Amino acid sequence: MMQAYAKQIHRCFRCGYCKFPSDFTDFNCPSYSRFRLETYSTGGRLWLIWAWLKKEIEWSEHFAEIVFSCATCRNCVEQCPMGFSDDIVDWIVSARSDMVEKGLALPHIRDFLNNISKHGNPWGTARSKRDAWAEGIRRYKPGDEYFLYVGCVGSYEERGQRMARSFAELLDEAEVSFGILGAEEDCDGNEAYMLGEMGLFQELAKKNVQKFKELEVKKVVTLSPHAYNSMKNKYPRFGDFEVFHYTQLLSEMIQQGKIELSELKAKVTYHDPCFLGRYNGIYDIPREILKSIPGIKLTEMERTKENSFCCGGGSGNFVTDLLGGSEENPSRIRVREAHETGAEILVVACPSCMMMLDDAVKDEGLEGELSVKGIAELVKESSK
Amino acid sequence: MIRIHKSLAEIVGEQYVSNRKEELYIYSQDPGMMEPHEPDYVVMPKTAEEVQKIVKLANEEKIPIVPVGGSLSLSGLIIPHRGGIALDLKRMDRVLEVNEKSRYVVLEAGVTTGKLKAYLERNHPSLRFSIPDAPPSATVVGNIVIHGQGRLTQQYGFNSGMVTGLEVVLPTGEVCKIGSCSVGPYWFSVAPLPYLAGLFLGWFGTTGIITKLGLSLYPRKKMRDIEMFLVEDPNLVPDVIHRVTHTEMTEDIFIGAQPYPPVFKDIIMIGICITGDSEEELEFKRRMIWDAVRTHIDSREGGFMMLTPDIKLPLLEMPTTGTTRFADVMKGGGFEYCGPIIPVEKFPEAFKRLLELSSKYGITYGMTGRVIGRSHCMMFAFGYPFNRADPDNIETTKKALHDSNVASLDIGGVPWKPEVPAQKMVMERMDKNTLELMKRIKKLLDPNGIMNPGNWEAE
Amino acid sequence: MYELKFNEKVCATCPTYDCLVRCQYMDIDKDTAKVEMEKMINGQDSFVLHQCATCYACEEYCKRGNHPFYLITDLQEKKGVLRMPKPLVTQSVNLAIPTRRDIQEFYGATEPAISLCLFPAYIDSILGKLFEDVSIILGRHFFCQLMYLHFGNPSLIRERLPGIIENIARHNFKEVIFFHDECYSTLTSYAPAYGIKVPFKPIHLFEYLYNKLKEHEDEIKPLNIKVAYQRNCSSRLAPKKEHFVDDIFSLIGAERVARRYDRENALCCAGVIRGQQRYELFVDVQKRNVEDMMNAGAEYCVFNCPACFDSLSEAVAKKGIKPIMMHNLCKLALGEKPAGWK
Repeated sequence: MMQAYAKQIHRCFRCGYCKFPSDFTDFNCPSYSRFRLETYSTGGRLWLIWAWLKKEIEWSEHFAEIVFSCATCRNCVEQCPMGFSDDIVDWIVSARSDMVEKGLALPHIRDFLNNISKHGNPWGTARSKRDAWAEGIRRYKPGDEYFLYVGCVGSYEERGQRMARSFAELLDEAEVSFGILGAEEDCDGNEAYMLGEMGLFQELAKKNVQKFKELEVKKVVTLSPHAYNSMKNKYPRFGDFEVFHYTQLLSEMIQQGKIELSELKAKVTYHDPCFLGRYNGIYDIPREILKSIPGIKLTEMERTKENSFCCGGGSGNFVTDLLGGSEENPSRIRVREAHETGAEILVVACPSCMMMLDDAVKDEGLEGELSVKGIAELVKESSK
Repeated sequence: MIRIHKSLAEIVGEQYVSNRKEELYIYSQDPGMMEPHEPDYVVMPKTAEEVQKIVKLANEEKIPIVPVGGSLSLSGLIIPHRGGIALDLKRMDRVLEVNEKSRYVVLEAGVTTGKLKAYLERNHPSLRFSIPDAPPSATVVGNIVIHGQGRLTQQYGFNSGMVTGLEVVLPTGEVCKIGSCSVGPYWFSVAPLPYLAGLFLGWFGTTGIITKLGLSLYPRKKMRDIEMFLVEDPNLVPDVIHRVTHTEMTEDIFIGAQPYPPVFKDIIMIGICITGDSEEELEFKRRMIWDAVRTHIDSREGGFMMLTPDIKLPLLEMPTTGTTRFADVMKGGGFEYCGPIIPVEKFPEAFKRLLELSSKYGITYGMTGRVIGRSHCMMFAFGYPFNRADPDNIETTKKALHDSNVASLDIGGVPWKPEVPAQKMVMERMDKNTLELMKRIKKLLDPNGIMNPGNWEAE
Repeated sequence: MYELKFNEKVCATCPTYDCLVRCQYMDIDKDTAKVEMEKMINGQDSFVLHQCATCYACEEYCKRGNHPFYLITDLQEKKGVLRMPKPLVTQSVNLAIPTRRDIQEFYGATEPAISLCLFPAYIDSILGKLFEDVSIILGRHFFCQLMYLHFGNPSLIRERLPGIIENIARHNFKEVIFFHDECYSTLTSYAPAYGIKVPFKPIHLFEYLYNKLKEHEDEIKPLNIKVAYQRNCSSRLAPKKEHFVDDIFSLIGAERVARRYDRENALCCAGVIRGQQRYELFVDVQKRNVEDMMNAGAEYCVFNCPACFDSLSEAVAKKGIKPIMMHNLCKLALGEKPAGWK
C-alpha cells in the first residue's frame, strides 16, 4: 500500500474542487470548514503528506493532527475531477498506516485503537458491559435468519442504545427471526481501518467472521453504516455472507406490511451518513421509509445525498473530537443547516451521526426546537 | 517574533494565526512552478477592520504582507518572496448585497467564484457574472485583481472592467472606498469619478488590499448552447473571429488546440457560445453565426462540428473541469501557462511559436485562447503540463515558459499575470516614463515597501 | 487492390433507377437518373456527387445488388468532391488512430463476444440478463471504418479494414456479435462488395437480443408502449436482418407506430447532413422526422445506432418522446433498469 500511494500522491493539483459540494454552495470538507487553513483541505493534506515522504518536512504533532483530522467522508472523492479521485481517501489511510506503523499517531488516536484492541470498543469500557443495554433482546442461535450486529456506539452509548433497542423491538413486532451476539460481540474495525491500523482491522475482521462461521450466520444486518461498510466491502475476503444496513431491512418490513404505521405528525429532515451514502450509494431507502409514515413531512437540507455535509464523526472523531471546540465544528454547521429547514426532527441512520448531531444541538442551544432521532425510533413511535 | 505572533493572535484569534511549519510550507507556494518561499506567519482575518489592524502592525514592524486568495494564478503571485505575513482572505466570505435592478453585487474579498455562482443561481437566477475557468475555489477578487477573463469577456471585456466599486485597505492602513460607493450608498459604478480603481487592479496587491468588491452582474438567459468551428490553417482564425464577433450574437468565444489525443491533432477548434431565452432566439443567433463564416464553409477550409450532448456538457460547464484536468495529463499534478494578451491578428504567429517551442523542448502543449471584447484582443495560452515528481521535466518546462514569455513580447503581446521574472521582462520593455509612474505610485501608496514585495519591482 | 464488384450492364437494363429516383434528398426523375448514372459509371462528374447526403439508402433501393452507393462514394473520392469540410475530414481520419489506451488483443475474451467498436460509453450498458457471460472487445483496433463513406475517403476503409478483421480474427472467435450496425454491415455488405474476406460469422446485435429474449421469454413483462424506430444509414446495407426489429417489438409488447418515414422511407438522423454544413436541410429533416413520430403517437423513439442517438435524441426528447437504444428497451421488458434511467 505504501509504495502505491507514494508514487501517486504528487498528482494532486490543489485545485480545491474537493472543498465543495457539486453546486459549490458552501464548503463541504469537514476539516476545511472547521479550520479554514489550506493545510486542512484535502489538497493541503496530500501536499503535506508528499512533503513528509520527500523529507521536506518532518513529522510533528500538528502534521499528525492534520492527517488524522480528515473524517474520511469521501466528499473529495466525489468532487475531484481528476482520474485518481477514487484513490484519495486510500492515500490518506495509507499515510496514516505508515504513521501508525512507525508509532507516529496522536496520543488520543493511539488510545482509541488500544481500547478497541483490549476492550473491543474505543472508550475502554469493559467488554462485559457491552450487552448491558440488551435485556430481553434475543441472542442469536444458528438457524436464525438475521444476525443483528449492534456495534460499539449502539452497545455502549445511550443514544446508540436507543437506536438499537428501537430496531430490535421492531424486528420482534414484525416477527423477523434474528438475534444479537451480546457481550461477545467485537468491534467491526471500520474506524481502525480508516485510522490506518491494518493489523488491528485484520484481526477484528478475522475474529468476527470466525464467530459468524461458528454460528452459521448467512445474513448480517448492522445498526451502523460504518459496520455495514467494513463488513460488506472489506470483510468478504474472509467469509461469505450477506450484509444489510438496518434501513434496508426496515424498508422491506414496511413494504411487506409487517409493521403497521399510524399517524405521526412531524416536519423532519434527513441527514445522509457518509458510510451509507457516498460509500455505498444508499440514499433513497431511508427517505422512502420516512415518506411511508403517515403525517411525516420530509423537507430536505441544501446539501443532500452525494453532497451531504459530514457530521465530522468519521475516523474515530466521535470519540477523539479532533474537529470540535468551535462554532465551526462540522456537526454544529450541519445542525444549523437542519434548523434552517424548519424541521422539528433531524433524522439519522447512523449511531455516530446521532452522537455528533445530538451533542451539536445542545451546543447550538436548540434543545426544544430540534431533536435528533434514529429512523427506527421514528418508525417505532409510529407503530404504536 | 513571539510579540508579533501575540499581536496577530489578539487581532484575529489564536486559531487563525499560524507559524507552524506545515502552514508555512503550504503557503510558501502555489500549484505552479515558481520557487517557494515561506512566510513567517499565516493569518486569516474575518473583517476589513482586522485587515486594517494587521496592515498597521506590519507597517510598524516593517513586515511584508502578501494578500492570498485562491492561490490559483499559477504565476506565484502569492509567494511571500521576502517572508512576512501570508494574509489568507478567504474567511471574509460574505456576499453582502445584490442589487437586481442595477445588476451589481457587493461581496467580500474571500468569496469564491463557486460560492458566488451558487448564491446567484439560488437567490437571483436572472443574474450571472463573468465566471473564469479557474476552479471554483478561486476568489472573485483574486481573479479581478489579475485582470482575469471569464465567460462574459467576449461581450463585456476583461473581468477587471466589470468593477463597480472597491473597498481597500491602503498599505498605510487607511480604509478607502472607490467609486460611487464613496459618495453614496450605491455601488453601481466607478465612473464618473477619477478612476482610482486602476490603482489596485493588476498590481498584484502591491498597492493595497481589496476587502470588498462591487461587480457588475449580467442577464442570465434560460438556455446556453455552443457551436464548434474547426479549421486547420491558423491563418484563418483571426478572420473567423472577426466575422463572428461582428454579429454581436455570441457569448464566450474560445479557441483550443492540442496534439493529443489524435482526435484533436492537426485542427484548431473555435468554440462559440450562444445564449437565449427561447429556442427561437438560439436558432436566430446560430444562423447568424453560420452565415457569418459562410465564406470559410464554402471554401471547405472550415466547418461546424456536430456536438453531441455529452461533448457539449464539459464545454459549457462553468467553471470547466477540463482546464483543471489538464494538470493530470502527465499524471504529474501540474500545469502552468504563459497566457499573454495579444492582438487577435497575431494568433497565427503565436501558434507557430508555440509549436516551435513544444518541438524544441520535446514537451506536449495545450493551447487555449479566449476572445476579449469584440476581437479587441485575445488571451493566448502557451500551456504546458508538467510532472511535479520529475525535476528534469520541471526544468525543461520552466525554460519553455520563459521562451514563451519572450515570444509573447516579441510578437507584440503583453504577458498576463506574469510571474516575477516575466514582470521584469515586461518592465525592461516598458516605456520609461510609464515605469517611473508605476514606481512613484507604489512609493506613494506603500512608503515602507511592505506590500507583496518582489512584484512589479523595477531595478 | 480491392475492386468494387459492380456490373455496368445491370444498371443499363434497370427499369426503375430507384437508386436515384427514390432519393429523399435530391429531386430526380427517371430520365435524369439514367443520364446521371451513365455519367458516373463512365467516371464523369455529376451533380449527384455534390448533393449526395451519403444516407446509404440507394444501396437498398437497388434491388439488383449493384452497389450504387459505393459507386458514388468511390467516384466522389476520385473526383475530389468534398462535401465535408477539410478539418472535419482530418478529425475523422485522426479519430481512428489508436491511442495509448487502445489494445489490440483482449486476452481471455471468449464467446459470446461482442464488439463495442468505438463506443466505450456503452460498456456499462452491456450488463444484465441479456449480456451474462459476454466478453467485450472494443477500441480503435476494432473500428470498422465504414463512416469514411460520409467523409469522401472510402479508400481508407479498404486500406484499414483487412487489419481490423485480422485483429478480431486473432481472438479465434467463430462468431462475433456487433453492437454497432455499421460494423455488422461493413463485414456483411461492404467487405464482400470489394472481395475482402471475413473469417468469422458476424452476428447482428438484434439477432442476439432476439434469441436472448426468447431464452427469457417467461420473464418478459410486455411494455405496452408505442414506439417509433429510427433506422440508421448502414442498416440499408443489410435489409435481411430488419425483421428482427419487428420480432423484438412483438416479443416485448412494443407497437411500432405506422408512420411515413419508416422502413425504406426512413429519414437519416441528419448528423452527417449537418456535418456537410447544410444547416437548413438538417433542421428540416430532423423536424419532419420528429413530427412524423409525434403525429403517429410514439411514446419512445428506439435507436439502432449510437451516432443517430447522439444526433437526434435531443430533438426527440424536446418533443416529449423518450429516446432509448434498442438493447436498453429490451432490458426494460425484463424489468431491468438501464444505467442512468429515471
